[in-house]
Amino acid sequence: MRFKLLTLFAAALLVAACETAPEETAAVDTSGVVEQPAAQPASPGGPTPGSQEDLLLNVGDRIFFAFDRSDLNADSRGTLEKLASWMTTYQNVTITIEGHCDERGTREYNLALGERRSDAARDYLVALGVDGGRVTTISYGKERPAVLGSNEDAWAQNRRDVFVVN
Amino acid sequence: MNNSATSFVSAVALVLAVALGSGVPARAELNVDITQGFVEPLPVAITDFYAETLEESKTGKDLAGVISADLERSGLFRPIDHGAFIQDAASLRKGPRFSDWRLINAQALIQGSVEMQPDGRLRVNFRLWDVFAEQQMTGLAYFTTPSNWRRVAHIVADVIYKRLTGEDGYFDTRLVYVAESGPQNRRVKRLGIMDQDGENHRFLTAGNELVLTPRFSPTTQEITYLSYIGEIPRVYLFNLNTGQQEVLGDFPGMTFAPRFSPDGNKVIMSLADNGNSDIFTMDLRTRGVKRLTNHPAIDTSPSYSPDGRRIAFNSDRGGSQQLYVMDSDGGNVRRVSFNQGRYATPVWSPRGDLVAFTRMSNGEFYIGVMRPDGSGERMLTKGFLVEGPTWAPNGRVLSYFRQTPADSRGRVTSKVYTIDLTGFNERELTTPIDASDPAWSPLIP
Repeated sequence: MRFKLLTLFAAALLVAACETAPEETAAVDTSGVVEQPAAQPASPGGPTPGSQEDLLLNVGDRIFFAFDRSDLNADSRGTLEKLASWMTTYQNVTITIEGHCDERGTREYNLALGERRSDAARDYLVALGVDGGRVTTISYGKERPAVLGSNEDAWAQNRRDVFVVN
Repeated sequence: MNNSATSFVSAVALVLAVALGSGVPARAELNVDITQGFVEPLPVAITDFYAETLEESKTGKDLAGVISADLERSGLFRPIDHGAFIQDAASLRKGPRFSDWRLINAQALIQGSVEMQPDGRLRVNFRLWDVFAEQQMTGLAYFTTPSNWRRVAHIVADVIYKRLTGEDGYFDTRLVYVAESGPQNRRVKRLGIMDQDGENHRFLTAGNELVLTPRFSPTTQEITYLSYIGEIPRVYLFNLNTGQQEVLGDFPGMTFAPRFSPDGNKVIMSLADNGNSDIFTMDLRTRGVKRLTNHPAIDTSPSYSPDGRRIAFNSDRGGSQQLYVMDSDGGNVRRVSFNQGRYATPVWSPRGDLVAFTRMSNGEFYIGVMRPDGSGERMLTKGFLVEGPTWAPNGRVLSYFRQTPADSRGRVTSKVYTIDLTGFNERELTTPIDASDPAWSPLIP
């Protein structure tokens, strides 16, 4: 029951996040995004095809997890299916999947849990036909929250995988 | 005046040397019972160590101050304010007037002297007196380089602690930890090291890469820890003498949660392979790797028993994160935590009789201890987030870190604390900036 509520919550947050996505993402997600200054729009009309911005706009750069879980829900699978298709379009693109956790676990266990989360997404991409060599994973455990705060809202947004174009 | 003083000190040194050789007669009267939950701290008089020159006098005062602070922080002793002292330092050199010390209810009296030697070394003498029995309990002399005075103070405090409690001290030790700064989503983490009283602090890494979970070698001046150098999370060794860092092994996946074996010859750690974390050991001489667990569950945070025969770890193989104990070859795995909540970070006491852990239940975190079979579970402290216990080498005091929930601006603070095994005497260990992941060293060799 609690998980279902949280999932709904997460979905609502995702929608909310989309409304202000560009600025917030730049502000919070410094682990990978910031190091991609090349991802500038090729034309005033839109992002460079195959860039991080393109991925963010047309796929979504993250999926969310229930507390202490690493299984993919329907939303996550939907996002990953779009990602697989996007990666089929941009065959030269390789990505890193960052696995993250909320702060309500111990450090070492969360490193393992983040690893599981990033690998769950990678497995699904591979099952969808993406070459595993194009997808690397890294766990940050609870070390790199996307949202600052010690409440259910923040924790739900921090239990995530983030897709970063290399 | 000077001459007679010098000959007096020499005479004392002789007496001390004799006492050291023959062993001080044991007495039962003055003894701190530390098996009880809360003990009324023992009142002790710690006089400034006597010296002839101004400079030596300052060292003498500093020595007494450090000894006094060590004993006070243990929670077992209450140093008496110097203003209450009746007998003055000069007459104390001729011997204690015990009635004067009994009047201010000093149970034990500590006196000492400091003298620079012609060869540039510092000589520090001290004596511990049982005031009511009117008897010397111990007395020792040390020679050291003057800059090393602080260590001598800790060593003296350890001798006093042991003489009065019957247990080994833990004051001549250090802690390595993770120093934290900046906002949570861009937290800068550096390895830091300090004496157990927070002094002699220095940073070991610059903060360019994320570092986590440092742990001391029981036998060498080395630390094992996790670093994200090159954005690859792997286990490293840090040599405190040379400052060199060295990656441990070359594995396809993340290596993490390292700890030394009790003999210092191996590092036990988790290795993630295709998303699954199992426990391995690496022999530091041969670099041979041995798998200990092979399970689709998360197996991590391994910790050896002090005899090296068993390993405690946490696993979610039963559906949630719990504590398990296995033989050192990976066999005979059994679950030992059964109460409500999730259990993590088991750390075996240096005495072998207890395992400390982090427990999460009903939205709170706890630091607790249990016997290695899971019996006798006891919580020592709790909070929004308390995590990562580490034992002082005498198995009597623990350290851990405490993080606050984020405030309205998303800021958190994280501090290192110490607590007595009884759950009393919880104290913050002051660090220059925020701190987490403390690890206590063995007694410095």
